[in-house]
Formats: sequence, structure tokens, C-alpha cells
Amino acid sequence: MHPKRKKRLWLVIGVVIFSSAGIGLIAYGLSGNINLFYPPAEVAAGKAPHGQSIRVGGMVVEGSIQRSTSSLEVRFEVTDYAAVVPVIYSGILPDLFDEGQGVVAAGMLTEQGLFQATEVLAKHDENYMPPEVADALEKAGKLP
Amino acid sequence: MIPEYGLFALIMTFVTAIALAVVPMWGSWRGHSATMSSARPLAIVMFAFCLLSFLCLTYLFLTDDFSVVVVASNSNSLLPDFYKFSAVWGNHEGSMLLWVLVLAGWTLAVAIFSADLPKILLARVLSIMGIISVGFVGFSLLTSNPFARHLPSAPMDGSDLNPLLQDPGLIIHPPLLYMGYVGFSVAFAFAIAALMGGRLDAAWARWSRPWTNVAWGFLTLGIMLGSWWAYYELGWGGWWFWDPVENASFMPWLAGTALVHSLAVTEKRGVFKSWTVLLAIATFSLSLLGAFLVRSGVLTSVHAFATDPERGLYILVFLLIVVGGSLLLFALRAPAVNSEIRYSWLSRETLLLFNNVVFLVATLTILFGTLFPLLMDALGQGKYSVGPPYFNAVFIPLMALLVPAMGIGPFTRWRADSGARWTRPLMYSAVVSLLMALILPLLGGAMNVWVSLAVLLAVWIVLGLVTDIAIKRGNSGTWLSVLRRQTPSYWGMVIAHLGFAMTIISVVVVTQWNMEKDLRMVPGDTVTFGDYQFQFEGVEKVRGSNYDADEATFSAFYQSRLIAELKPQKRRYFASGQIMTEAAIDAGFTRDLYVALGEPLGADDAWSVRLHYKPLVRWMWIGATLIGFGAFITAFDKRYRRTRSVKELAPGVSHA
Repeated sequence: MHPKRKKRLWLVIGVVIFSSAGIGLIAYGLSGNINLFYPPAEVAAGKAPHGQSIRVGGMVVEGSIQRSTSSLEVRFEVTDYAAVVPVIYSGILPDLFDEGQGVVAAGMLTEQGLFQATEVLAKHDENYMPPEVADALEKAGKLP
Repeated sequence: MIPEYGLFALIMTFVTAIALAVVPMWGSWRGHSATMSSARPLAIVMFAFCLLSFLCLTYLFLTDDFSVVVVASNSNSLLPDFYKFSAVWGNHEGSMLLWVLVLAGWTLAVAIFSADLPKILLARVLSIMGIISVGFVGFSLLTSNPFARHLPSAPMDGSDLNPLLQDPGLIIHPPLLYMGYVGFSVAFAFAIAALMGGRLDAAWARWSRPWTNVAWGFLTLGIMLGSWWAYYELGWGGWWFWDPVENASFMPWLAGTALVHSLAVTEKRGVFKSWTVLLAIATFSLSLLGAFLVRSGVLTSVHAFATDPERGLYILVFLLIVVGGSLLLFALRAPAVNSEIRYSWLSRETLLLFNNVVFLVATLTILFGTLFPLLMDALGQGKYSVGPPYFNAVFIPLMALLVPAMGIGPFTRWRADSGARWTRPLMYSAVVSLLMALILPLLGGAMNVWVSLAVLLAVWIVLGLVTDIAIKRGNSGTWLSVLRRQTPSYWGMVIAHLGFAMTIISVVVVTQWNMEKDLRMVPGDTVTFGDYQFQFEGVEKVRGSNYDADEATFSAFYQSRLIAELKPQKRRYFASGQIMTEAAIDAGFTRDLYVALGEPLGADDAWSVRLHYKPLVRWMWIGATLIGFGAFITAFDKRYRRTRSVKELAPGVSHA
């Protein structure tokens, strides 16, 4: 083979190997590491899967926050004003977490319909609303 | 009247930018000397107007003029003066003005320091900077006027700067980051100007290279500061979140890293020209994409500014024009600038090509992960989020793949090398790095496969550099004389690669050996982390200039000896009522101790508390700083100040 063609062939092979390795990594990385957002209304309607990593978000229901007296466990409820999902979380909550504020929680739904959160995200300033929450509230016709 | 003067100055900036975009460009096509010469004065005037506009806004913030909307929404009379100053860019409109100022600054710098460039090339480069300026100043004026007023009645006091931004790190983080982002526009302008002239050669790479390196160095420092700020200010003790906006700055950095290396090949050997041009276009486009992601509100992120679809649309259209236009030009012109220089498979060119492929794949995987949620949302497939596990899974293996080449590259010859020449030094490097990988982790107290692997990779990089110096010394000369003989561009490479090795060790060690506990503590409680102990002493009220705080006291002990008092705070800012965690850190070269307060838990003065022991975490920022400074040092190489190239090239760079 002409040396120049040979070189080009190797280059093409190299690119193919690299891009397939890249795509392989992407596929591997994506499997199980992405999670879908469900508004409370869909969770209540049974559309959200159990035992799989998902996100749930909405407004924290006024008066729903209950703290444990002996550990860092905290329970609260989130709502899109169409339905309510109870959330349980163990850990330190973000600074702007409060009743009547928008939050997004990542975690899993248990068989009992309780959302076991591994991470709770609140908005980072007063004028900002997580887009998922804004969208969920808009769907329920309750955007403040 | 000051806001109106500021707005007027911004409008004049816009008008000057249009003149800069049109007049010298027209001159360069018609071979008209006088219009081409207008590029430099226009660049100076543009910068002057932009600076005036920026100073007006700064003055408004410092004098608490709450009749101006951005001042009223982002400042407060109680705010300390230096935060009033940084509040200028602590908001969308002001940060856009800073962006424009930085762009005008780079344009000015090119006008001043590139006097040796062929006239036609300088005219085109500045003109392209002018076109970019028109885009951004237009964006500022049309969608985000920083001088808009609250009329007829202004609020009595401002609603305060977001407390998270009231921090010294935030005074310098955005300017450095923008210096990097916007600096890539210079590399882009050089690439486009060269395409227009139909002449890409080593001289072009030599002009473009110092600018690109400096911009990349700034971006490195900007990202480093952002990571450091997130670490101590957000109260989580994390230093990288794979947040979409972090990715937005990281993608141009990765593409820029590829560009910096491919420019080296183009300058030294005259190959990869078309590739380098494509990378320059890609890097700048990714900077624009970053601006779009941050400012359009399409992403859920701690950085996102409030949503405004109009702004997103403007940047998107601008992005499409820049990418579309430059790729079209590339398609029309690139074949004309192809070259026929050969190199063999065992050569430095090949290794640098490998570097480029790795960085490109890394950029694309991160781009994919960042845009995936947007794509799925647009297709109506639901609202997804792609988390850190994805990015770690794709990014870490790629970086590990890079390192073997980094330990060979420095002593490999250009054009053609022989495997036989590699064998001995590589054997030596391999044995030493393996030994180190087995021994060094024991300093941390235990064996850990991942730490061993990190040490193996880092030592391999260092030994590659040492081997190169040893080969350069040969059989004669002292070590000192060899070191003295090396150029700044060589030292820049060495320092940056050492920084990278340091960063690898730090990232792996802190990930593997980090100790972290969230727990409930009452005064008197102690917690033990290996040899370290924390004792919670209690909480008292303190008052700052614009906030009250609960301040806790923790005593930290090392082997029962008191080494530090840590005083984390929970602040409540007066103006906004916002609550914020202020972590307390005992920083050290080998480890950080980190304490953050959660919240009071009802009875008996109990608090939720987050405690961290973070080994070698500082090495990451020291390493990144070395990388950034390495990039700056290369730009001081004497060869970038030579003027002989002008005469050689002037006739060739024409409107072919």
C-alpha cells in the first residue's frame, strides 16, 4: 500500500477505535446515572417508578417539616398543589431550604410511597426557581 | 446624569465597534492602506469608551445610586465598599459589561503588542475582534442594559448582593474567568484572519500562540478560583460538582488545552494547520456556548441567572452566526492551506496528536452530558439530569489514558524517533514509578489501589521531564548549565506538567481518603477522625457589618494536642434575610480540617454539624495555579518578540 494511504488507514482506524471507546464510555456512564424528574402529581398517579433513582420537586408544604430529636433525620412534604409527596432525608439541608420554598430532591421512591432522598437542592437566591419546579407548578396552574 | 453618561459611553462603544468591524476589513480587501491603519486607533477608542461606561457603573455602585435597577437589586448601603465594587459584576447586566470591557481590553492589547504584524493581518484580526464586540455590546444594549432606571420613584435602599457572592474570591474569579473565555476570541480572530488571507504557516502560529497560551492560563486560574470558592463558601466541602455551568467553563478549557498543544506542533513543524484552525474556532464557539448556557436560564444550576428567553435567543443566534460563518469560511479556504510535511509514527507529532484526540473526546463527552437534559426536554422526553457519576465515568479513564503519553512526549524527537532510543529511559521510569506507587501511599497510612495508581501516573509524568533534562545534558555540562540554557517556553511546559501531576495526586487522594461526617452535636461532644479530634465547645451570637451570626467554636486536636480553633458561622443577612453557612477551615499543605454548621436542632443547644478531614486538597489548586503560570511563562519566550518575520511575510499575506 502507498505509505500515505497506509497512514490514512491507521488514522481512520484510530479515530474509529477512539470514538467507539468514547461512545462506550458514554453509554456506560449514562446507564443508571441519569435520573428523570417527576412532579408530585405524577408520583401520586403512580407514574413514577419505585426503587429507581429519580428526582421529585415542588414547594415545601407549610408546617410539614418534622425533625428527629436524636438524629439528623427530617421529614417534609413537597407539593405542586395538585398532589403531595412525603419526603424523608437524613443530613444537612441547604441554607435556603424552608417551608413554602421550591426544592428538588434526588433519591428513590419506596413501596410505601415515601420518597427517600439522598440529596436535597434548594434555590440559591430568592429570585431563582428551579426550572423543573416552575414547570410543574405551571402545569398545575399554580405558578406564584 | 451618571447613568446616562454610562449608557452614552456604551452606545459609543457600540458605534466604534461597528466602525472597527467594517472599515479596516473593507480596507483589507481593497488594499487600502489608510483604512487599514484605522484599526489601531479605533481599538483604542473602543476601549476608552467601554472603560468609561464601566467606571460609570462602578461609581453608581460605590455611591449607592438606587435609582439604577441593577444597583437597587444587587447592592445595599450596608454592604462593605469592596463588595459594592465586586457587586458590579455580581449580576447579569454588570457581568456582561465586564465581559465587554475584557473583550475591548484584549482588542487593545492586540493593537498595542502586535505592531510587528503585517498591516493587512493586523487590520483583519482587529476587525474580527470588532465584529465580536458588536455582537456582545449589542447584546448588552438590547437585552441587558445595566443603566436602566427605576423611574419615577427609586427604592430607599437596595435589596443586597447575594450573600454567597460577598466573598473575596468572587472579586477576582469572574474577571479571571472572562479574561480566559474572551481571550480565546484572539486565537479565533487570528485563525479567521489567516483563513481569509489564505495563508496559514508557522509564522501565523507563532503570532497566535502567546495570546492563546495567556488566555488559556487565565481560564485555568479562573476555574481554579471557582473551585476553591465553591469549596469554602458553599459549605459542602466539595470542589467540583460537574454542574452544567462548571462544564460550560471546562469545555473551552479542554478544547483550549488541545489548541495550546496543537499550536505548538504547527509552530515548530508546520503540520496540523487546518486542525489547529478548527480547534481555535471550536474553542471560541464553546466559550460562546458557555455564555449561552449560563445566561439563557435553560439549565438548572447554582450559577444560572434569572431566566429570560430573549437573551438566550440572542446569544444562540450569535453563536450560530459565528460557528456557521467560520465553518463556511473554513470549508471554502482550508484546502488552500494544506501542507505536505511528513512525520513518522514514532514522533512527538504523533504523541501530541494523541493528546488532541483525548482532549477532543473528553470535550465531546462532557458536551454530550451537559446538553443531554436539554435535548431530552426539547424532544418532550421528560426532565432528566446527568449527575457526577456519568462525568467521572467518562472523564477519569480518558485522563488516565493521557498520562502514558505525557511521560514520553517531552524527550521524544520531532519528525521521527526510534523505539530503541525510548527503551532505556522508559524502563527506568517504569521501575521507579512502580516502586514509588508501592511506597508513597504508605505515607498516608494505608495501601490503596487508586492512590497507588495516581502516584504511578504522577511519577511517570515527572520522570518523563527528568529524562528529557538528562538527555539534554548528555555527557557534558553540569545540571545547572543545562537548566539555564532552557527557554521560557520549555519551562512553561515543565511547570504546567508538574502542576498536572500534582492535581492528579490531589484529586485521587482527597477522593479516596476524605473523611466526612454529618452529625448532631451538643456542646462538649467530640468526634474522632484517625489522629484528629474535634470538640464542639458551644455557640454564641456575633454581629458583622451587614449580618448577625451564630458562631460555633470547635477545638481541633492532633494526637491529643490542640492545633486549631475553628469558628464556623451561620449568618443571617439583614437586607435579604437570607441565611448562609460560613465554613471554618484549618488549611494545611498536607490536609485541611473543615467544619460547617447545619442548623440548630431544638433542645439542649444541639446543632447539625458537617466535619471533614481532607488530605492534600490544596495540591489541586496549587497544581492548577502551576498550570496557569506555566502557560503565562511560555508567552515570555524571546522568539515571540522577534520582528524579522514581518519582511518575510508581508507580500504573501494578501487577499488571495
